[in-house]
Amino acid sequence: MSNQKSLLSIEKLCAGYGDFQALFDISLTLEQGETVAIIGSNGAGKSTFLRSLAGLIKNQPGAVTFKGQAIGDLAANQVLERGIALVPEGRKLFPSLSVEENLLIGAYSKRPGPWTLARIYQLFPVLEKLRKRPGTALSGGQQQMVAIGRGLMANPHLLLCDEISLGLAPTTIKDIYAALPSIKADGTTVILVEQDINQALSVCDRFYCFQEGRVSLTGRPGDADKAQIKAAYFGI
Amino acid sequence: MEWLNTLLQGMLLGGLYAMFAVGLSLMFGIMRLVNIAHGDFIVLASYLALMVVNHLGFSPLASLLVVVPLMFCFGYLLQRLLLNRTLGTDILPPLLVTFGLSIIVQNLLLEFFSADSQKLSQGDLEVASVGFGGLNVGVMPLIVFASALLIIAGLQLLFYKTSVGRAFRATSDDQRTARLMGVNNAHIFGWAMALAMAVVSIAGVFLAIRTSFDPTVGPARLLYGFEAVIIGGLGSLWGTLAGGVILGVAQALGAKIDPGWQILAGHLVFLLILVVRPRGLFPRSVD
Repeated sequence: MSNQKSLLSIEKLCAGYGDFQALFDISLTLEQGETVAIIGSNGAGKSTFLRSLAGLIKNQPGAVTFKGQAIGDLAANQVLERGIALVPEGRKLFPSLSVEENLLIGAYSKRPGPWTLARIYQLFPVLEKLRKRPGTALSGGQQQMVAIGRGLMANPHLLLCDEISLGLAPTTIKDIYAALPSIKADGTTVILVEQDINQALSVCDRFYCFQEGRVSLTGRPGDADKAQIKAAYFGI
Repeated sequence: MEWLNTLLQGMLLGGLYAMFAVGLSLMFGIMRLVNIAHGDFIVLASYLALMVVNHLGFSPLASLLVVVPLMFCFGYLLQRLLLNRTLGTDILPPLLVTFGLSIIVQNLLLEFFSADSQKLSQGDLEVASVGFGGLNVGVMPLIVFASALLIIAGLQLLFYKTSVGRAFRATSDDQRTARLMGVNNAHIFGWAMALAMAVVSIAGVFLAIRTSFDPTVGPARLLYGFEAVIIGGLGSLWGTLAGGVILGVAQALGAKIDPGWQILAGHLVFLLILVVRPRGLFPRSVD
């Protein structure tokens, strides 16, 4: 599995909170430029998986290899410096920072790359008019745009998106997913965690289905049939 | 006119109290650290200045050039090596550790400098005054107040115009998410403590020029600082200045009525404001 050329390879990752183990021997590889969706029901371990990747949960160093380096035991700020940014579940904008400041703090690590304030405003034009507002005074969809923009400002090689459609209206979800092609166009690799199977499968190159902390199914969206996914998703 | 004079003296004294308070406000705002040893660090800075004055022949104000950088570095190291280890979900460890530090600092100062009262003398500047339409205002209190204004304006600029300031505010909002942005909390906390100690050292030198001091006067300064922070509202730097001024004026007016009332009047006004505005006068809108 540990292909030297893979951007990211995860080997037998186990993670949890205290005595509670949420992930069991997850193995996964990701190539440069791919978009991979992680689907699964509530409590399947999807968010724990992203948090482990982002360094919010510490793992065995060798469990996560990114660009050939073991990063499993690094802290979140060190993981970001290597080029992995997380758009956290629930957006988590900073309430005392304005929209623009929320975006600017995304660039705190000063990683060079294509994403600048101007390009974020190009991607989400509505944010430019709102840039002086407090980050949390925006609608849910706009806040999600800020959260994605903030992640992009770090110029990541790998962008982790945790439930970016959660709690948003269908039209808003469409607007947000419309940004994905521009993000991919720069070669950014994306991992999407979604509960909405159809949304996830329509944009990804490959998917992994999690069930109770284990990978229950993996493949390309075209190859898997509905019944198979349903079984892997619900475990029935 | 006499009352107006008292009011003005109180206001200027408030500048010093605001300086006591700014460091506390910074530490609590950014890392939720309540520093019980704050007052003792102020007195430590006074003694550092005393040493610089005695051994290097600097004037007290010039001693700031040595004391401020020294306390800045001390603050960073203290945070990185000791206090960062106490921070977590439990608020008790930092309280206990800084309480211990308070006792250690007091006793070390007692050991090295004895219990004798000390004072720094700034010479003619201490008694110099300028006239304001019938009112005579001391130059030193004016310098102290102006310094407080400059410090707060400077910090405000730092907080709202720089990348490190954004990191301070983001960390204050949500430490976990700030880490996701690449902010190294341990380093940011070190910076916050270093800044707080730099302000503390200025306050310590001004305190030492204003009144006599000995190793035991720290806790009272801590109390004034706390009161100024709470009156002003947590998280607001200009509010802290307002808190300091209100406390200073209350003490001055109290002393004018009866010298025994000076400290009590400050505490009473503090309690009154707590009753009327439990979150202080200018609380930050988000918590």
